[in-house]
Amino acid sequence: MPWDISSEKSVYLQLIDVIKQKIMSGEYQPGQRLPSVRELAADAAVNPNTMQRALTELEREGLLYTQRTSGRFVSEDAGMIEGLKRSGAEQKAREFYLEMVQNGLSADEIRRLLEKAIAEETKQ
Amino acid sequence: MLKDGYVVECRGLSKMYKGFPALNKVDVQLERGKIIGLVGPNGSGKTTLIKLLNGLLVPTEGEILINGIAPGPETKARVSYLPDNNYLSNWMRVEQMIEFYGDFYPDFDAKKAYAMLESLGLNPKQKFKTMSKGMKEKVQLVLVMSREADLYCLDEPIAGVDPAARDYILRTIISNYAEGATVLISTHLIADVEKVLDEVVFIRNGEIIRHTSVEELREKYDRSVDALFREEFKC
Repeated sequence: MPWDISSEKSVYLQLIDVIKQKIMSGEYQPGQRLPSVRELAADAAVNPNTMQRALTELEREGLLYTQRTSGRFVSEDAGMIEGLKRSGAEQKAREFYLEMVQNGLSADEIRRLLEKAIAEETKQ
Repeated sequence: MLKDGYVVECRGLSKMYKGFPALNKVDVQLERGKIIGLVGPNGSGKTTLIKLLNGLLVPTEGEILINGIAPGPETKARVSYLPDNNYLSNWMRVEQMIEFYGDFYPDFDAKKAYAMLESLGLNPKQKFKTMSKGMKEKVQLVLVMSREADLYCLDEPIAGVDPAARDYILRTIISNYAEGATVLISTHLIADVEKVLDEVVFIRNGEIIRHTSVEELREKYDRSVDALFREEFKC
């Protein structure tokens, strides 16, 4: 997935989100070695110190770890990555529900819409 | 090389051109290891400040220090400078320029230069005079970024290239500046560079009106630095 960082919002928070998504989607595999800070920053076209800060935060959360001599790696803890996926999905679902409620839909209508969408998407 | 303190310190720095102040009592300090945008409209004093940093102009008043000393041969050996105009000889081939730079600056890394040329799709055998404006700017940037400097002064590095090439240029800068060095980028195109900056210095009529972290600005105002710039400088 592309980095697609906007300059309207905190770049630091956006970087954390994108890296988490790369881990959830499997673009970064458990145990995989990450490119250097400079390379990641160049890839994302962002400031290297901001990238460093984002990586440090992800290390603090346990999603990444550093081996002093060989670099930075994605956690091998499958349970943690599964948990990240689940909490991310739950939040997305909640946001979707609230947005639909704001658009004036009832819970039943939202359920029906979702089932219809699933049916259509899985048919293809 | 000094490791502590500021790479650049200006105190009460003024530069007058025939009685007209291009810089007026500027106080600014630049930390090591930061990428800093020097941002302001045309004629605000950006190039004057950069020329003072490179010893091409002499202050009318006040003090300017690089690594704690006034600009001179010693500081020029530690500062890599990209001027806002073309300064290379048209008859040269790119590879001759690389040799020329290698003779001039002990911290110049020719291998790095060739690698950058390749990644930017430039041919070392090509003569400078047969190159487009955008290609020439890229060659100059390659030469400047191939040095292992303490301070890189880049005067309008993206002004002459098309928007698609701007990202290439920024990536070249991010990937190649020396560890722990400071990069000062002057520009009036903040939108294109703001994501790579640590800090921004806003300059207007020869005075510094704001010097701040860009992430703090974004978090505080929830807006791009470009939007803030437009507001700050609207006439």
